[in-house]
Formats: sequence, structure tokens, C-alpha cells
Amino acid sequence: MKIVATLQNNDIAPRFDLATEVLIVKVVRGKISGEPRTVLLPGPSSDELCSLIIREEASLVICGGIEEAHFQYLVWKKIEVIDRVIGPAAEAINLAIAKQLRPGAIVRPKTERSAAS
Amino acid sequence: MVRNGCSRFLYNGSTTMSEIEEAIPFTPDLLEILNGVPHGIALLDQNLSIIMMNRFLEAITGYSGEEVRGIYCDHVLHSSFGRNAQVFREAFETGVACSAEGDILGLNRKKIPMRFTATPVADPREGRQALVLVLEDITALQEIGRRKDMGPAKGLLGHSPKMQEIFELLPVLAHTDSSVLVTGETGTGKDILAEAIHEASRRSKYPFIKVNCGALPESLLESELFGHMRGAFTGAHADKHGMFQLAQGGTIYLTEIGDLPLPLQVKLLTVLDDREFFPLGSQKKVRVDVRLITGTHRDLKQLVQEGKFREDLFFRLNVLRVHLPSLRDRDGDVRLLIDHFLQMFAANFGKNIKKVSAQALRLLSSYHYPGNVRELRNIIEYGVNICRNEVIEVEHLPPYVLADAGQAVRVESPSGEPLGRPESGEQPPVGPLPEIPDNVSSWSGIEKKKILSALMQTGGSRTEAAKVLGWGRTTLWRKMKEYEL
Repeated sequence: MKIVATLQNNDIAPRFDLATEVLIVKVVRGKISGEPRTVLLPGPSSDELCSLIIREEASLVICGGIEEAHFQYLVWKKIEVIDRVIGPAAEAINLAIAKQLRPGAIVRPKTERSAAS
Repeated sequence: MVRNGCSRFLYNGSTTMSEIEEAIPFTPDLLEILNGVPHGIALLDQNLSIIMMNRFLEAITGYSGEEVRGIYCDHVLHSSFGRNAQVFREAFETGVACSAEGDILGLNRKKIPMRFTATPVADPREGRQALVLVLEDITALQEIGRRKDMGPAKGLLGHSPKMQEIFELLPVLAHTDSSVLVTGETGTGKDILAEAIHEASRRSKYPFIKVNCGALPESLLESELFGHMRGAFTGAHADKHGMFQLAQGGTIYLTEIGDLPLPLQVKLLTVLDDREFFPLGSQKKVRVDVRLITGTHRDLKQLVQEGKFREDLFFRLNVLRVHLPSLRDRDGDVRLLIDHFLQMFAANFGKNIKKVSAQALRLLSSYHYPGNVRELRNIIEYGVNICRNEVIEVEHLPPYVLADAGQAVRVESPSGEPLGRPESGEQPPVGPLPEIPDNVSSWSGIEKKKILSALMQTGGSRTEAAKVLGWGRTTLWRKMKEYEL
């Protein structure tokens, strides 16, 4: 299983169509396998990003806001999309692997969460 | 503005706060005031992180102000300004209000054109600066030109007598606050009608919130509709406003109301009667001023008889009832809608498609459209995508339409000429369709014929034939193998 998360610095990019960087993670038996890859795109483009996601044979996309047309396209391609996610990409991916990430989730950085508890 | 009752205190240095509070019996807090404004408003700190946002913005973004406090605004707004947000910084630097146009991606994954106005404000006591960001929806302004060409209700088209009746009824429905029940088969435009009623009503400046009652399990739906308090159930980490609260001042549209679970029907009935309810886990009643529109493709009366829908709720919802006719019952509208969708998709996809051929029109006119307007729209979208010429032919229509027509479609036109859109705007004659030869009665037959003629045209060259067909060589090879050519 491959997860693609749109990136802005270390956070999930606020918008799919404006994202210029993605983080690609391979997950085997519920654990991250190998080194996560960061791919820089030549420019922001939803269509290019969709092509990349399909080329990578990803099964899950984690992103911020995404337009309905692209959301439906990815769903039609049997790719799960968890959108409107806010927070650090690494934390979001870990939550997704643990099947705890929902659309619209606000993921707090680990340090912030442990300080709160 | 100074109230008469308290003006005397303004010049009296010895006045205490309690005296002022006594003189001003009602002092609403800032958020309450902001909630009354029909625009999205956010208060940002110097790092452009959210301090608070009003209910209108909560409804657009889908996040509650409390949960996004301290988060960089762009992560919440999903605006087109991206990480630059230059306009906001400019306001801080110059101390003067700045304004710019852009868009945001809303909760419903739609781009909403917005005018952003950023006004810096200072806290005189602590010397800190903040930014008031006002988001004004300018969709209406941008659509004025487009609206001129549209029907009387935005997004609803039709010349048939049944649709004319609905257009005549629309201002009446918009003018009142009574509940409206919209019925009709799937794809007839219930959602569009509900939105058109809202847009034409005095509530149009406030949110229009749509909730699909069939999409969520009972427990989630209750929280979605009425909200919950922190700790109301496992996983309720923060207070959450329900859709009824988010739609404050506006309209809530409950689609698939026939699927609403019985326990929630009782709660909905109470809300309709009292205009107030308790959010999950709350001991404080919330009062709402929301107009309710409901929609369903089911027969609610029958559901009442079967005991699946409360009779009292049915009577409460059925105050004003509108039934949208199926496309089969809308005489002459198929042609109008074909032309409309053809123009729309051709423009959207940048294609130079001008018309639909006579044979394709005959087929489309005789099709029974179980999915109504939505299905017709999809068929035309498919055709515009597939077609590489200026005229949509029968072979550019989805295979299931051809299969439905069965043996009864003649692929070759009697005249051999495409009909296109007649200048007079007359409907092509629709009658019993003539027989079609067996070898082209199905999609595969048509495709096989296309491959053969392309091969003949190119003297058997597969590479050239693939180019003529607009396919890759491997696609042609695969299809030839499939059809044993």
C-alpha cells in the first residue's frame, strides 16, 4: 500500500491544486517500509498531481482542500482520499496507517499533544 | 454609537464599570456580533493564525472556531493566496486596510470566489496588533453575465408546461418561511430547486446547508445535525456546532428525508415546533432561526403507512409541496437540455463541437432516462469527451444508451446528413425507430465496423488506422484481438 500526502513545509498542503511537493510512503503490514520519498513537482497542477498519484499506484491520498472533480476522479480510480486534513504530514500518515485519520481532521504535532495531556 | 441611556457616563471619570453595565443592559460579546454578519470574518494574530472566526466562516470551512484557534489561516481557509498571503502582511505593514480577490475551497469542495479585505486593528492596552479578515462571496457578481442566459431559477432549465408551473411557484416558495417538501425521482434537480428557493429568499445572504440524511448512521447524523459538547461521547474532543446552528439565519436542506431514523424524526419535529434544541451532551438549549427544506425520492405517505415515517412529521414537512417531473414527462425539454449541456461541456473542455447528429438526437429523444436530467448531463459529457469532430454521432454516445435502444436504431441517417440544431428550434420527429442491421446493433458491432473501415482507409496499416481512430497502437491491437479481426 502506498500513501501520498501533499506537502507544504512539513505540513499537509492547504490546497491540492496549489501543492508543489508530495510525500510518498510505502506501507507493508501496517508499518512504513523503506525511506519516505519527497517528490517536487514542476509547478502546482491538480491534473499533474493526479497523474503522479496514479503512476505511483497509491491507494490513499491525504490532502487539504481538494476540488470535487479531482476528488471524484481519484475515488473513481479506486483511490481513497482523506481531505481537509490540517497538521504535520508525518503525524497524519501515522494516524492514517492506524486507520484513525478522518476527513477534516486537525492533527496536532506530537509535542503539542503530549504537553496538553 | 452611544446609547441615550449611557451617554452621561462618558464624561464622568468616576463612573465604575458596574454602573456602566447597569446602564447598558445588554452587551453582546464580539463573537456574537460577528455571528450576525452575513460574511465570513476571521480575527488573525500577527503570525496570521486564527484567533476566532464567525459562524458564517465556520459553515463555509467546516471547522469550528474553537478547534482551529492558533492554526495558520491558510490551512483553514484553503485560499488561493497560498503561503504568500502578501495582502494580509501588507495590511500589517502599512496599517491600512487592503483588499484582494481570490477564491477558497469550501467544505463542499467547491471553489468560492471571494473578496478578501484585511483591516489591521490594535489593542491599545497591550499594543498588540491583529487583523480582521472579511471574506465576501462574489460568486453572484461573477455570475451575473452567465445568469442572464439562464432560466428563471439558477441552474434549472425547462420550457415544458410542468416546469413553467414550478418557475411560477418559485417566488411564492421563496417569499415565505414555511417548510417546503421537494419530491421527485432521482436526478430531477431537487437539490438545485432547494438552492434556488434559498437564493431567491431573504435568507440568501446567510448559509445554505445541505445534509444528506441517508449518508450517515443515526448516531453521527444526530451530532451532525444538532452538534455536540466536548465529552458527550468517546472521541468528542471539542464542542462542535451542528448544521442547524451553522445554518443560522439561512436555510437547511435535508435531502433523503425518507431515510431519517425514527428517533431523529422526533427531535426534528421538536426543532420545527419550538425552534430550539439541546445539542448532544448539552444542558443548554440552543435557539435557531433556520428555514427548512426537505427532499426525497421516496413516497413519504407510503412510508407513513408502513410505520417507517412519523405521520406528524410528515404533516409538518408537507406544508408546501413541490413535485419535480421526471424528464420523460417534460415535453420538449430533452432537446433544450441537450443544447445547454453541449454548449457548457464544449466550452469547459475547450472543444469545437457544434451539434448532435440527427441519428443521435433521435436516439436521445427516445431514451427513457431513468436517471433523469443528471443522466442526460452525463451522456452529453461522455459524448463531448469522446467526440473528436464537430458533430456528436451515435457512436459517441455511451454504450448503454445504444444497448437500451436495442435493435431499433438505424445508424445510417436517411439523408446521410447530420441534423444539428435547426434554426427554427423545432424538435426532431420522435416516433417508432426503424430497424437496424444486426451487425451494428451493439456497441461492439459499431466499434468493429469503425476498425474495419479505418483499416480499409489506411490500406491495412495498423499504425495509420490507430491514428485515424484516435487510439494508441496497443489499444487497436487489443480491440482487434478482442473482435478476432
